[in-house]
Amino acid sequence: MTDSRTASLPDICAVALAECFRGDGEIVANPIGPLPVIGGRLARATFAPDLMMTDGGALLIADDAAFEWTEGPTVEAYNPYRSMFEVCWGGRRHVVMGAVQLDAHGNQNLAAVGSDYARPTTQFVGFRGAPGNTINHATSYWIPNHSTRVFVETVDVVTGVGWHAFADDDAAGRLVDLRRVVTNLCVLDWDSPDRRLRLRSLHPGVTVDQVVAATGFELVVPDDVPITRLPTAAELDLLEVIDPTGVRANQVRQ
Amino acid sequence: MADKVLTEDDVVAELRSGMTIGIGGWASRRKPMSIIRAIARSSLTDLTIVAYGGADIGLLAATGQLSRAVYGFVSLDSIVLDPHFRAARQAGAIIDEPFDEGLLMLGLQAAAWRVPYLPTRAGLGTDLLELNPRLTTIQGNPYGSPDEIFVAAPALELDAAICHLDRADERGNACFLGPDLFFDDMFLRAATGHRYISVEQVIPTRDLLEEAGTEQRLRVSRMMVDGVVERPGGAHFTECPPDYGRDEAFQREYAASAASPEAWQAFRRSWIDIDEDEYQKRVAVR
Repeated sequence: MTDSRTASLPDICAVALAECFRGDGEIVANPIGPLPVIGGRLARATFAPDLMMTDGGALLIADDAAFEWTEGPTVEAYNPYRSMFEVCWGGRRHVVMGAVQLDAHGNQNLAAVGSDYARPTTQFVGFRGAPGNTINHATSYWIPNHSTRVFVETVDVVTGVGWHAFADDDAAGRLVDLRRVVTNLCVLDWDSPDRRLRLRSLHPGVTVDQVVAATGFELVVPDDVPITRLPTAAELDLLEVIDPTGVRANQVRQ
Repeated sequence: MADKVLTEDDVVAELRSGMTIGIGGWASRRKPMSIIRAIARSSLTDLTIVAYGGADIGLLAATGQLSRAVYGFVSLDSIVLDPHFRAARQAGAIIDEPFDEGLLMLGLQAAAWRVPYLPTRAGLGTDLLELNPRLTTIQGNPYGSPDEIFVAAPALELDAAICHLDRADERGNACFLGPDLFFDDMFLRAATGHRYISVEQVIPTRDLLEEAGTEQRLRVSRMMVDGVVERPGGAHFTECPPDYGRDEAFQREYAASAASPEAWQAFRRSWIDIDEDEYQKRVAVR
């Protein structure tokens, strides 16, 4: 039931980000960044109505189909940062983070690039909440610039836990729940025997070779790779309601 | 009755070089900037700052007074990373003690509760444990498996704590009026002394509850506070809702001053090397 309108790449990415939350139920969906937030709102407005989402601050809001609210948000709960840590440590959260670097097993770097941590080549924002997030609840990633600079063999600093950090029966390891990576080229997951990143779907017009060339480690590539699901007509309509000013257009490297 | 009303300079006179100072607020939100500016004008050096960092860490990195940063991030919100902090890190100029955001909260909580550590899994499987020598693990769940491993969030005992709140009385009872107290109460409780707040307005105790609107906003009490500075605009250029939002144009100027030593000196002459009354006057006519 795809629409005769041509879905843009940001639209396709927004739907792929929304799909990350399918089946999550009554948890805090915490996508970080404009396009992941649009994807989260789209998921809640359609197939994941039980998700809870923040206003970007201390409130959980009930409004679905809008990026901003002209008459103010409909508050459904108070969730200041210390409550968010409790949500996080209780496991009732699914975060979509970015990454400066990401390796095949899902180790994430958000802090610094360079061989000497005491004097990095490039300092980034810091560990933020990545260690606590990745050891407590579902985590997905949004990478708007799929390249060998991001997808590296070894990250310089591990800020977010990867799959291979713990033995299978480890009490902490059992809480690791890395889900998906959505990029401007494709959707990836760790549904492979040794938990290496696997090509889950290709965005329309993208080839396997393109993805492989833009990835700095050996990717698991199934024999048949489907095309990423296209937005439905209803989803395209909703994207216009959620993001009427077109914020999403500038969020993806085309 | 203790007289706790002070000026920014009184606060700075109580601080010492080498202190570990906790700063309240979060990123570019409700930071005690007038006291940070007074520190920046002072001869204090070798400071360790513990914070959900923003321009507090950035500014003191720019002046060279910061020797050690204990932080989960250093962000200006609308500008993802404080460029002064980035410059100091890339120059290898400061000792970096990274924390997970939640781990930092547990460290403050442990200090406030006077226990040496609190257990958590935040940090396991990451490089935090290798890169931050203050962090270590404990093995053994006394109620379960002897093999289970936890990160021991160390008590972050502070020599001083400084926060900016919305209203207070002269004795240090204070309230926040914005959406989030952040961890200001924990910073104040984690400090062994030298606990200072700046506020937008000092009001009679009798008026505090009405001003707060609900008793649930009266979250800082006088047993947690040694000194109160009344400074309208004291959090500028960070946000202090509902009194004022972030001054984004000013913040861009602050960030741009990290571009070169000359740009920083010019910013410093205009906005740091002046007293706070003059600063507020200049901001008002911008």
